[in-house]
Amino acid sequence: MITGKTMAMHDEKKQSSIAFVIGASSVGTLIEWYDFYIFGMLATILSKQFFPAEAGTAALLSTLAIFAAGFIVRPFGALVFGRLGDLIGRKHTFLLTLVIMGGSTFAIGLVPGYSTIGWAAPILVLILRLLQGLALGGEYGGAATYVAEHAPAGQRGFWTSWIQTTATLGLFLALGVIILIRSNQGVDKFSAEWGGWRYPFWISILLVGVSVLIRMRMSESPMFSKLKSEGKTSTNPLKESFGNKSNFKMVLLALFGAVMGQGVVWYTGQFYAQSFIETVCNIDFVQSRNIMLVAILMATPCFVLFGWLSDKVGRKWIMLLGMFLAICTYRPIYKQFIAITAEANKTNEIQQRISTTGPLVAYMNDTKTPFVYLRKTYDTVYYTDGSVFKYTMTDTLFGKKELSVDKPIEYSNPDLITHTPKRNTVIEKTMGKSPTWYLILLIFIQIVYVTMVYGPIAAFLVEMFPTKIRYTSMSLPYHIGNGVFGGLVPFLGTLIVEFTKSAEHPKGDVLAGLWYPIGVAAICLVIGVVYLSNKSDENVMD
Amino acid sequence: MNTIKKLLGYLWMALAPIIIAFLVFEAVEKIGNATAVLRSNVILQWSIILLIFTPICIGFFIFGWYASKDEYAHLPKSSQELNE
Repeated sequence: MITGKTMAMHDEKKQSSIAFVIGASSVGTLIEWYDFYIFGMLATILSKQFFPAEAGTAALLSTLAIFAAGFIVRPFGALVFGRLGDLIGRKHTFLLTLVIMGGSTFAIGLVPGYSTIGWAAPILVLILRLLQGLALGGEYGGAATYVAEHAPAGQRGFWTSWIQTTATLGLFLALGVIILIRSNQGVDKFSAEWGGWRYPFWISILLVGVSVLIRMRMSESPMFSKLKSEGKTSTNPLKESFGNKSNFKMVLLALFGAVMGQGVVWYTGQFYAQSFIETVCNIDFVQSRNIMLVAILMATPCFVLFGWLSDKVGRKWIMLLGMFLAICTYRPIYKQFIAITAEANKTNEIQQRISTTGPLVAYMNDTKTPFVYLRKTYDTVYYTDGSVFKYTMTDTLFGKKELSVDKPIEYSNPDLITHTPKRNTVIEKTMGKSPTWYLILLIFIQIVYVTMVYGPIAAFLVEMFPTKIRYTSMSLPYHIGNGVFGGLVPFLGTLIVEFTKSAEHPKGDVLAGLWYPIGVAAICLVIGVVYLSNKSDENVMD
Repeated sequence: MNTIKKLLGYLWMALAPIIIAFLVFEAVEKIGNATAVLRSNVILQWSIILLIFTPICIGFFIFGWYASKDEYAHLPKSSQELNE
């Protein structure tokens, strides 16, 4: 006879078993995201290390293109490893992806710079980045499927939402490790060819080792084991997923009606926002990352909240509401970023100004003008709201003859050919307490949108496809939506802004890059509203 | 609702080639305007964009085709229906 106590013990055991499944799956997925993101976080440094120094913006765009290449191959990883997962099982497949990811991340940290091995450097990095993308393409679908196939009906949104937090927490971990190393080493040591920027890549091998040990203890998904024991697993998952019209049309619907919009909202909130406040608003490197860290930490519980809510009210409307809010508010939010950090809005609040002029430095020059000098002037402005704006103005001056640079030289010196310096100004802003919290709030709002679209998506996709081809069928739309549509947000956003630049408007329209995520999310929203059903198939056993 | 699904299907079918044409047009213009130093970079960037978005647009066209043929009038209620 089964007593109440026995039932309670059984429930408790089941809960702890699910908790172990979630924990073990999440740790591995989190590490894969960490591996994947450190590349993007260090894009500016990588562009200087792996490309010729004179390439400038072109080097950054090429680095972003390599970063994007990692996203682009994710759908291929989904096909390769998804097929493997549906053939041999979930557990061994995502163990393999973890090892590939850890190995390639570690190896990126070992590639010598452009100054040492020339063009071999970016080519090697590209190959390793492609391996990272392939591994991630196989990982996520496996982890989400594995957790969903363990989760009880009616709680699938809640349990899979823990897997959803890993992408954001991976970003959090990547940011945290980078800030920690950079602040310990200092900027120059961190950015050197064999400097601290390599450590986050090397740390990966330790994290992956721990995760592999944990995952070795996991057993195969019960549903896949059942199918396997009954001899009902798919013999050709690719053909059954994409050759069968009934299933293929659902793959297309999942992509265009949900994941495509989710992907752009995700990458705008967590990547484009950071890049925007750093490069357009000129927020200091460490502060821009700290702002992201706090906002991410505050918003992360919302993944679980919306995952849980999706079990109660359905997945569709939560995801679509997130997209709708993003479409309506992105431009006002980014306008606020500019307004909060603009010098023009602070002109009446100057407390103190400190200006220093550095010495004239001879600049190695191989052009026709023989004597070229650089002089840096530092101007630090303190505002009453606690903000500090640092201006570094570099003047390029040309001399008629070689000048002594030991003592300050005035612009009026007759030995200078031009008295009007060619000035390049770099601004670095550290915001005061109140504007910082406002920036955090604006990022937090965007990450809440991310949690709305992303929290329920794993359960939504799992419930769309049958067990025997689930890994393959859900991985492909997920990775096209996130890897391609989402992953290209920073690259295409930057490119669109470049298009708006002209001689009259050298900075271009800095908000133009938002049209890409807004446009994609808008099409996805319409398709989702019209074609998707809010009802889900609770039975994922078939 | 099914009529809207069907009509929108035609819109998606039309949108897919328009997007491809737009991208090709932009690529030609941007590559043509690029300076000699940056040309190889611009070609690389636009090749990536075209290579990625062309198959996606083809998928979008197929999605529109299915929608216009009432394939989404009834969504499967269980995986059983997908296996049939």
